[in-house]
Amino acid sequence: MERIHGTGASDGVAMGRLVLWHGCQANVEKYTIKDVSKELERLQKAQDEAVDALNEIYFKSLKRVGKKDSMIFRIHMMMIQDEDYSQAIRDRIKENKVNAEYAVWETGQEFSARFAKMDSEYMRGRKTDIIDISDRLVKCLNPEYGSGKIAVNEPSILAADDLTPSETMQLDKSKIIAIVMRKGSRTSHSAILSRTMGIPSVVGLGDGFDNVKDGMIAVVNGTAGEVILEPDEAEQGKCQQALEASSRKQQELKSFLGAQIKTKSGRIVAVNANIGHPADAETALKNGADGIGLFRSEFLYMGCATLPTEDEQFEAYKSVLEKMGNKPVIVRTFDIGADKQIPYLHLPKEANPALGYRAIRICLDRKDLFRTQLRALVRASAFGNLKIMFPMIISVKEVREAKQMLQETKSELESEGISFVHDIKVGIMIETPASVILSDELAKECDFFSIGTNDLTQYTLAADRMNDKIAKIYDQSNPAVLKMIELTAKNAHKAGIPVGICGESAADPKLAEFYLKTGIDELSVAPPSILGLKKTLKQACEKSAAV
Amino acid sequence: MQKFNYSIKEPEGLHARPAGLLVKCAQSCSSNVKVAVKGQTADAKRLFAVMGLGAAQNDQLTFTVEGPKESAECAKLKAFCEENL
Repeated sequence: MERIHGTGASDGVAMGRLVLWHGCQANVEKYTIKDVSKELERLQKAQDEAVDALNEIYFKSLKRVGKKDSMIFRIHMMMIQDEDYSQAIRDRIKENKVNAEYAVWETGQEFSARFAKMDSEYMRGRKTDIIDISDRLVKCLNPEYGSGKIAVNEPSILAADDLTPSETMQLDKSKIIAIVMRKGSRTSHSAILSRTMGIPSVVGLGDGFDNVKDGMIAVVNGTAGEVILEPDEAEQGKCQQALEASSRKQQELKSFLGAQIKTKSGRIVAVNANIGHPADAETALKNGADGIGLFRSEFLYMGCATLPTEDEQFEAYKSVLEKMGNKPVIVRTFDIGADKQIPYLHLPKEANPALGYRAIRICLDRKDLFRTQLRALVRASAFGNLKIMFPMIISVKEVREAKQMLQETKSELESEGISFVHDIKVGIMIETPASVILSDELAKECDFFSIGTNDLTQYTLAADRMNDKIAKIYDQSNPAVLKMIELTAKNAHKAGIPVGICGESAADPKLAEFYLKTGIDELSVAPPSILGLKKTLKQACEKSAAV
Repeated sequence: MQKFNYSIKEPEGLHARPAGLLVKCAQSCSSNVKVAVKGQTADAKRLFAVMGLGAAQNDQLTFTVEGPKESAECAKLKAFCEENL
């Protein structure tokens, strides 16, 4: 038994057999060529083929992990077509009279060595990208250099010196239960991708990786950054227990799938899901969501190169509404700006984006954009239980103006003979101190409130939530924030409208009792947190007679 | 010939994605576009050259734009930097 240590790149524990994966960059054969122009032609053809293949991987990856994590394949396309890189390969073919495969391999080595010397850890990581594109070109030139697909027959732990992004993308998640690597850091693309895919992973094992042999049994602890090779019975037992405990916990939580949270006084508290993509509705239902408490519609704007059309948005909203049946779906109109920038809107950089041109401020200024979204929403209302919510409100005037536009949209659609639900419920996000102070007046204007604790904490405590240095000050359970919530809830109930919480702290078990006592009507959290929260709330309801 | 300076705001510096976007923007210009930082100069139309600069946050980039449409393209590059870097 041996323990080796690295950096935990993706959480979780797994035990299984190691499969050692050798990249295919070694052993590229070198031979002298006679016909230089024929070799250059081969190279050109391989470059075209590689770009086509990358384009295909890009679209596949887009569906699987989204735009941000897929962008790397676009960059790879540019790298393969880069003039300096291509010229260096062509020069080698012309001057050294070597075969294209060898010229590509040598150029890849030269360029990656250049990046390996750079100051920033991030840039050093890019040498893997160069090896990746060079491998791809070599394979296009000569398919005998391997297919690049990682084939595993039984559930296994993948062990590799380094994994290129395309190798990671091609992993069959059902067969790979963990990844361990000699190289890499938390910020390498493979690490990011393995987190998105939810596989435990330990990277940067260094010399310790020398002891990793094909076929060994190992325990991988991605949370602790530890790998145990050939674990003894005691270690195997420990791991088995950890796995069983986690699956028991999962199983136990399943009993809360159909659970309804009802307080002793008979009040029902809904536990809803926050989603960003129409496909997440499925995950929400699987995790027992009572509804969608926050559909962040700005993600529809973020995954593409141009504005989503009315029809595209309509289809997205409709698919969520249909999937959720009669369960409520709260769509927040786009909250663009601050940390969520959309390149094609050409918004200028601001010194204080969190205090700047964002959310409802853009909606009421760029009415063309807002109208398109409202039309799509109203049309979709015919297909389920839709509620519309406006973000970043600071005044009654804003709410009236937004509602006025919604009314105009309805009249427009009515005159076009399109059917929709006439009394769509309209609510607002309470995420600025201004909206809390005005909550009594705002409550008269809307059908519900949802408190966005992430921004409310940031604005109440004057603490930037992106700034690590003040992470301790940014505290969602600070008494000032809790008083804000209490005041909002009081004013909502006085006006007879429900109030929910949709920030990160909605899932905080330490606040569950506070929410129940304050009379919060709905909590909306990430789908994997729903069942755990239902359990906490149920226990809190039973424990406390006061609610 | 037109010149302008720009300080990088992007926390990760001129890493792969922004470098890729910058190169795309430069490639759409008919002018000759050069970008310099810390005494190193690169052709802004070449990805490896731009990434090789290793420009970090707060580093000052100096752009040199030369060609018949230089003023319009200089403005375009400047707007691009302000939005993306």
